[in-house]
Amino acid sequence: MITRKRLAARACGLFAALAVGLFPASATAADGPTAKEPPKVDLVLDVSGSMRANDIDGGSRMAAAKQAFNEVIDAVPAEVQLGIRTLGADYAGDDRTLGCKDTKQLYKVGPLDRTEAKTAVATLAPTGWTPIGPALLGAAQDLEGGKATKRIVLITDGEDTCAPLDPCEVARDIAAKGIHLVIDTLGLVPDAKTRAQLTCIAEATGGTYTSVQHKAELSGRVRQLVDRAADPVVNPVATEGAKQCEGAPQLKAGLYSDRETFGEHRWYRVDVLPGQELRASVSIGADRAVNNDYGVLLRATTVHGREIVRGSEAGDGRTDVLSTGLRYPKAETDDDSGSDAKPAAETVCLQVSNSFSAPASVKTTPGMPVELTIDLVDGPDSASDAAAFGLGRGWWTLAVLVLAGLLAGLVWGWISRWRISVWRTN
Amino acid sequence: MRTVRTLTAGLLAAAAALAVAGTAAGAAFADTPSPSATTGKGGAGAESAPTEAGTGFRTATPFRPGQKATAGASSGDYLYWVLPVDAQQRVTVKANVTLPESAARHGASTWQLDVYDGLRRRQACTYGTQSRAAAKEATSVELSCTLRTVRAGAEPWANDPLPGSYYVRLTVVDLPDEDLGLPVRAAVEADVHEEGGAYAVDGALSTPLVAGTVTGSLREPEDGWSGGWWSDRWLWTAAGGVLGALAGIFGYSLTRGAGRPSRVPPGA
Repeated sequence: MITRKRLAARACGLFAALAVGLFPASATAADGPTAKEPPKVDLVLDVSGSMRANDIDGGSRMAAAKQAFNEVIDAVPAEVQLGIRTLGADYAGDDRTLGCKDTKQLYKVGPLDRTEAKTAVATLAPTGWTPIGPALLGAAQDLEGGKATKRIVLITDGEDTCAPLDPCEVARDIAAKGIHLVIDTLGLVPDAKTRAQLTCIAEATGGTYTSVQHKAELSGRVRQLVDRAADPVVNPVATEGAKQCEGAPQLKAGLYSDRETFGEHRWYRVDVLPGQELRASVSIGADRAVNNDYGVLLRATTVHGREIVRGSEAGDGRTDVLSTGLRYPKAETDDDSGSDAKPAAETVCLQVSNSFSAPASVKTTPGMPVELTIDLVDGPDSASDAAAFGLGRGWWTLAVLVLAGLLAGLVWGWISRWRISVWRTN
Repeated sequence: MRTVRTLTAGLLAAAAALAVAGTAAGAAFADTPSPSATTGKGGAGAESAPTEAGTGFRTATPFRPGQKATAGASSGDYLYWVLPVDAQQRVTVKANVTLPESAARHGASTWQLDVYDGLRRRQACTYGTQSRAAAKEATSVELSCTLRTVRAGAEPWANDPLPGSYYVRLTVVDLPDEDLGLPVRAAVEADVHEEGGAYAVDGALSTPLVAGTVTGSLREPEDGWSGGWWSDRWLWTAAGGVLGALAGIFGYSLTRGAGRPSRVPPGA
């Protein structure tokens, strides 16, 4: 039966291949263009006065950064569009408002001209303030447009000196725009405050934080991050779940993103045909400081609120995401209503809830990132027995079969002997 | 009686042939992971082991059982890999983290290895050191996690491991704040052990639990998904049938007696 299924699947595959061959435009229109867009990376470099300090392998922080940039510019993969933005490069004065506006695009995000980019980097000299927040906003603007992966690599040696605008909040707001932007941070010989701020920025966008003590580490890591941007990745489609199942967004198979704040739950709807299996998984990202114990719950219910199946997960301690998933195979309907009637799809409501909590000092908006994957496949072969095809295994099975055979043989022989004696007496 | 004897001999020969074929087939099935182990080490035309790790479920780096996936990272990073596991296989994931030089560190750190299935459900480790604390002087940490045997099918309400992608997450869960972001090296390996028919179940998924974000040839095992129909239960049952038939013949010969008396003329 399985072989038959396989054959059928192969035939379907062949048909699909044929169909793709015949209608290439319609087949690729669905998901083609996003994959082709070049990934964009913006390197954001701190050129504040503190970069003069001579504490990286005997050289100044600025020299280490310049050398790393040159190496990275040489090694950028061809398909990556690279840009460079500076902060604190121009204004050396004491005026805070002016100093906190001091960020500019040094090299535009686009196809890279290596010599031009290197010349631009060579002109930099440590000068002013450290306006990280405005620089991140600027970098997000530099990268605007397109559906490609975007990455900001922030290299700094000190915390933000432009207080009311918290760069961590800025990063979270940028991430909440749903533009698939990740911020990786590198701290040059960081102190405790810088480290806290940079880890917060990285955490808020799903990026990474690196503490740099040596020259080689810096260039190696930046190169790794730029290469990472070139890796193909499937980006989710933004959606917004509703407060109840009624009026919730109708989802098809795919990858979706949403935001959900503490103690909130959201609903989505999926149509499942008889004989199909719904597979859903959800990940909620802990993108800020959360309390130690947390949980996530994914429930599939009918439109009337009856729970079908659930997936739940709980955990504690340091984590990036908490995820769970569920499967719901909808049984095949009995085909007695006439073959021409198309089987009606069942609307399954999916509820995503979380039990994350945060200390009072942590901002709760925008909500935590939710990633939802929906897949609809053919239902499983139903099991009629616990063992495979009802087959036996082991010495007990052998013993039973041998005993049964022996008994059958004995009886058979006894019958035939009896028949012979009957025949003989006659 | 002679016919019985020839019959017995014939059946015995058939049983022997079946048994030989069975063990050969069994051996062939048991051997399948080892070629992947040898080709995985970067032979001609084989895909080489990855040297980077992903940072989330969507970007997880695929690798094969038998390969040694390595990555350079910063302590505090969440490293993700993904590998295909088929039914009746039992996977042991091993990780090795080379810590930063102890002079740069400020205290002990705790590392953890988590395994998730294709639906991103966390899978239990039946044994192995999933989480381990490394002292300040330690140079490396060894972690391992042995999953339950993967079944071809399960009820929707069960959390049983099913064929498909398995995500491996390696991260530090506890360390002094000063030690965040220091360079570490991580290596991950997966050993597959074929458990055979003891774990063969009825019913199977129509398609394995492979996430759409996993692309390329590493979506499935080297020789494809098994489809779940084969197990050594076929051999056991067939052998049982043969032995039962032999026992039947033996029993028959015991009770039937000498057969037709020789003094009776054939025409009578």
